[in-house]
Amino acid sequence: MAAENNKNKSGAAAAFSGIGKNIAEIGTTFKEGDWKTRVSYLIMGFGPICRGAFLRGFMYLFCQAGIISWIAMYGWKYLSKLNTLGTVETAKVGRKTVYGDDSFLILLFGLLSLILVIALIALWRMNIAENRKEEEILKAGKKLPGNKRDFLSLFDSNFDKTLLALPVLGIFVFTVLPIIFMICVAFTNYDATHQSPSKLFTWVGLDNFKELLSFGPNGFGSTFVSVLLWTLVWAFFATFLDYFLGMAVAILINKKGIKFKKMWRTILVMTIAVPQFVSLLYLMKMFAKDGLINTYLMKWGWIQEAIPFWTNPMLARITIIVINIWIGIPYLMLIATGLLMNIPEDLYESAKIDGATPWQMFRHITLPYMLFVTGPYLLTQYTGNLNNFNVIFLLTQGGPKSMALAGGAGRTDLLVTWLYKITLNDTNYKMAAVIGIMVFIVTAVISLVVYNMLPSVKDEEGFQ
Amino acid sequence: MAKNTSTSSMKQKRAVGNAIAYLVLIAISIVWLFPFVGLVLQSFRSYATEYGGMVEYFIPKQFSLDNYKFILSGESNYLLWYRNTVIIAIFVSLFQTIIVLCVSYALSRMRFKGRTFLMRFWLILGMFPGFLAMICLYFLLKALGLTQAGAVPGLILVGIASSGMGYYVCKGYFDTIPKSLDEAARIDGASRARIFFTMTLPMSKPIIIYTALVAFMAPWCDYVFASYVAFGHDTSYNVAVGLTRWVWTNDYQGFFTRFCAGGVLVAIPVVILFMCLQRYYVEGVTGGAVKG
Repeated sequence: MAAENNKNKSGAAAAFSGIGKNIAEIGTTFKEGDWKTRVSYLIMGFGPICRGAFLRGFMYLFCQAGIISWIAMYGWKYLSKLNTLGTVETAKVGRKTVYGDDSFLILLFGLLSLILVIALIALWRMNIAENRKEEEILKAGKKLPGNKRDFLSLFDSNFDKTLLALPVLGIFVFTVLPIIFMICVAFTNYDATHQSPSKLFTWVGLDNFKELLSFGPNGFGSTFVSVLLWTLVWAFFATFLDYFLGMAVAILINKKGIKFKKMWRTILVMTIAVPQFVSLLYLMKMFAKDGLINTYLMKWGWIQEAIPFWTNPMLARITIIVINIWIGIPYLMLIATGLLMNIPEDLYESAKIDGATPWQMFRHITLPYMLFVTGPYLLTQYTGNLNNFNVIFLLTQGGPKSMALAGGAGRTDLLVTWLYKITLNDTNYKMAAVIGIMVFIVTAVISLVVYNMLPSVKDEEGFQ
Repeated sequence: MAKNTSTSSMKQKRAVGNAIAYLVLIAISIVWLFPFVGLVLQSFRSYATEYGGMVEYFIPKQFSLDNYKFILSGESNYLLWYRNTVIIAIFVSLFQTIIVLCVSYALSRMRFKGRTFLMRFWLILGMFPGFLAMICLYFLLKALGLTQAGAVPGLILVGIASSGMGYYVCKGYFDTIPKSLDEAARIDGASRARIFFTMTLPMSKPIIIYTALVAFMAPWCDYVFASYVAFGHDTSYNVAVGLTRWVWTNDYQGFFTRFCAGGVLVAIPVVILFMCLQRYYVEGVTGGAVKG
């Protein structure tokens, strides 16, 4: 613990000394630099342009001009209101609608402007470093790399920039920005009664988190705990039942003397090939009150009344887990089949000579190997199942609903399906955002804790 | 003599074991195929003479093509949904493969500043539930005019924009291609881009097919986002949204058997494609599982 503290401190110290070093370098570059470099402090890229490196220089200049003009023309009016998220409500004066502030746009474009300002500062710093580098090269009596070489380097030593530019931009606009936005929403009162653009919403601090953990009659607390527990239990069963049963099926098909191995596998693989929504919806109907299973059981006189597969909470949960086994086994069977063949045959041979039973061989050879190799996979499977939307939603839509649960949650709702319902049915965006953050925390904590416990991480060479 | 009896008893034991194994396998096969057989059978149930909703028998009394005629005639938007899905799937598959290949190559082969930061950042980003971003994304798309009527290009955009984060399996594959090959080519004066296009890509056929196949199959099952983006605009639905609505809301009007017919038509091309490329799929899935 003490060592960790030290490490943290030294990390912070390193960061501070890094910043200090940067500032010092900015200063010395200005002091020692020529006039071209000094102008570059105001007009980015001026130095490189004067020295003939047009490509780099104009890139800096365009970035600066673009960002500053965007912020001046659009960004500023949002950025300046970011602290209140708008004060003037849209109102009707007589028959005319007078448009006020739009909290949604203020938050979104305010954040975007903020990020752009940070990007501008980073670019400015890079521009200074560029100037210094060029000056040093010229001082040493060497020539600057030409524009053509600069450009061609994008396909050689700087090929990573070419390859990653678009993907990183896409992820920024369509994942990073929305997630930052929603994290911010968790600290506002953006819900059905504060719907932009007609109504304003504003910062409320930690109120939403308090509401999520309040256990009063109107609070989300008990619902949250119940949904969270079911999410964890579901992910556990969905992961491990599938895993062991899938492995068992793979071993069965691999068994010596079994013919038509390929046919058995193909039959199972059908489940992967058929789009999930088709098979899930059909299964949902099959287990329904008037579905095939109930009607046939009644016809045969095995039961008197229809089994409430989807309306009894406990039964619904069990049915979902069973159907998920139907979906999950084929994947595990494929994976296990490939891996089982990697286990050296002579291990089994020598075990047999020692008189080991098949169960002993499985317990001491197959299982440890499989667990070792697929440890990380099991972890991603588990976190994936925490967010397994399709199975739950297409089968039960989270139902059966219960009056005891807040926010329209049902007995089989996972955190993510609940999040979806709160967003779509209640437009209670603030709580949806809070739940989303909770999902992240749960996933991150489980991943971190389990990852460090994995045998394949602890002991990488263990099984080679 | 003694040896003989022991081998024959062992043979017997093995035969019994195999018989049990076959029984289990047959039982498994029945359980796994039953829903699909049911789906196909009910899609042929006559709509004119029998009820199109839920009935209490398995095999239809009269086989007919009523349901197929209905969905293929212009009476519903099924063909439109089908076209939307195919368009989305093709574009997403194409561009997602390109992006994943680019990202994987950069992360596997190049060493640049911020590489580990980028990988860690994406890993953490992936722990947020995708739906969290949904609300904001919806408004972004709306601002671009890519919701409701424009939902198809909108879904394509969303499908490819963030695909760079799914690089794990592909990078794992690139990591197994020896680096010494790259280095030898670089000594001979080949640029990174040239190595990527003329050496790495031709060697990566299995992983390219795997990436494209997985990307192609995903849009067929996309219910959540598609229903949100195309909300209330019937002609922009994909098959998953359209057919799910048939089952949930129009069941009593006899749309169940029509759903079955629609489901069969959706499943056929995907299943055929999958079965042809199954080998690559297995390779990719197994490789991905081992590397985590």
